[in-house]
Amino acid sequence: MQKLHSKQQQWMPVLFLAPAVILFVVYVIFPILQSIWLSFYEWDGIGEKTFVGFSNYLELFDDYQFWVALKNNLYWMVFFMLAPPIGLGIALFLNQKIMGIRLVKSMFFFPFVISQVVVGLVFSWFYDPSFGLFNKAIGLFGIEPVAILSDENWVTFGIIVAGLWPQIAYCMILYLTGLNNLNPDQIEAARLDGAHGWKMLRHVILPQLRPATFIAVVVTVIGALRSFDLIATMTSGGPFGSSSVLAYFMYEQSIFNYRAGYGAAIATVLFLIMDIYIAYFLWRMLKSEKA
Amino acid sequence: MFPTPIEKRSLPFNLSYRVAVWIALLLWLLPLIAVMMTSARSMADINSGNYWGIPSEWMLFENYTMVFTQTPMLRYLINSLVITLPAVFGAVALSTLAGYALAKYKFRGNVALFAAFIAGNFVPFQILMIPVRDLTISMGLYDTASGLILFHIAFQTGFCTLFMRNFIVGLPDELIEAARVEGVSEWQIFWHVVLPLVRPALAALSVLVFTFIWNDYFWALVLVQSDEVRPITAGISALKGQWMASWQLIAAGSVIAALPPVILFFAMQKHFIAGLTLGATKG
Repeated sequence: MQKLHSKQQQWMPVLFLAPAVILFVVYVIFPILQSIWLSFYEWDGIGEKTFVGFSNYLELFDDYQFWVALKNNLYWMVFFMLAPPIGLGIALFLNQKIMGIRLVKSMFFFPFVISQVVVGLVFSWFYDPSFGLFNKAIGLFGIEPVAILSDENWVTFGIIVAGLWPQIAYCMILYLTGLNNLNPDQIEAARLDGAHGWKMLRHVILPQLRPATFIAVVVTVIGALRSFDLIATMTSGGPFGSSSVLAYFMYEQSIFNYRAGYGAAIATVLFLIMDIYIAYFLWRMLKSEKA
Repeated sequence: MFPTPIEKRSLPFNLSYRVAVWIALLLWLLPLIAVMMTSARSMADINSGNYWGIPSEWMLFENYTMVFTQTPMLRYLINSLVITLPAVFGAVALSTLAGYALAKYKFRGNVALFAAFIAGNFVPFQILMIPVRDLTISMGLYDTASGLILFHIAFQTGFCTLFMRNFIVGLPDELIEAARVEGVSEWQIFWHVVLPLVRPALAALSVLVFTFIWNDYFWALVLVQSDEVRPITAGISALKGQWMASWQLIAAGSVIAALPPVILFFAMQKHFIAGLTLGATKG
């Protein structure tokens, strides 16, 4: 009997893992390799594939639209980084025990729970050039109405603000959890030493919040690079492709322009950029796992 | 506690804080409040540009009835349920098995497999798009709920396995060892020892994954195209195209689309947040 069990212990994990691993390989791992492979072909998505080597990548290099999308991705990454500090600010603001505060905290988290499509629609009204709340608000300061979503200089920033709304909520929740688990002894000791306010935050609180900050930064970068839903619902990349990002540009080339091979090359570039963060995250995660 | 508890401050400070919190909340949710108000507006209000004021007449009931009778919204809502529920069940079931194997068995490649699940979870959807679309078409599942369900199960399994594995690692090994000594088979151990213990995690994970899948838009665009299968996210943006001027209907639709995840969130808040903040306090 004992022998049977030890044998069982050897093959049971395989059975436990098999369904998940098979599906994951078929739908995630294998498609990644296939996309990279496809990026070396000229393909309309239906007919014959023609091997073209690196020419899709060379074409990207000369494609004005690619650089616009890449530049916008950079804007997303830079301005999305406002989410962790603002989230921390709100978390500090709300970290009190007054009546109804639990309700307030969960209401603040609200934007993260709803679909980005809905967020996109909401902000489209918000920016409406004739009636939108945004223009009414800047009108109070005597500023002329701006059609944010059809102005190529402003459109990307307008969408980023919409994206920041749920992202800040997410970061806020991460920090609220972190603040909940602070070490009270350290804070008391620091208080006795006369530390308070900014000094306390910098030297005592922030170091303890480091795990929360790490996760907040990672999910924010990934969120910025993944931005698609808002762009698709708010502008479809317009006007004239000026709000496009790699994720949307890829979708547009593959679905509307029937350039699957070219699309695969764009996806591969996006994937390579993302890999830097994925690798960093894994490294940190596995390191903390060992400790 | 940081910052200093408000009770220890002066009374005026204390009172103004209590007021400020609610004003901040109002400002934060202003766009959503506006949508809810708009979903109760009349067409006349929309045409005259009364987007943000108090509706001149309350059309709440009429607008919501109209969304359900004049547009395929009900269909979209049902489609979303048909897609989301089995996908959540599938992803959670597969990842509980996988998570248990990764947490409690030592074998070669354990860590590598775990890492692959985590990494897969972060990849951009676009790198999967063309092959997944082709695969779905070649299986005859393009424009069917099954096509979307299968993909969601497969993709969410990454996050779910990470979640379940981290939860199960915390369960005491002694329980499993004791059962083994008793001669209980491995499967029975999973079913009768592990599964009852992971119930809270299953609930938390299900709520979280429900929200992820319910809110998916990208795959709804890529794997589905007809109203008969289209989930509510893609449905509402299709509505926007057709009912451009009828903001009150789009607003009502948006509220309906947002409701199920919001309700679930409020019902299961603690679990939901525990799932999202996984690892935010250690490491």
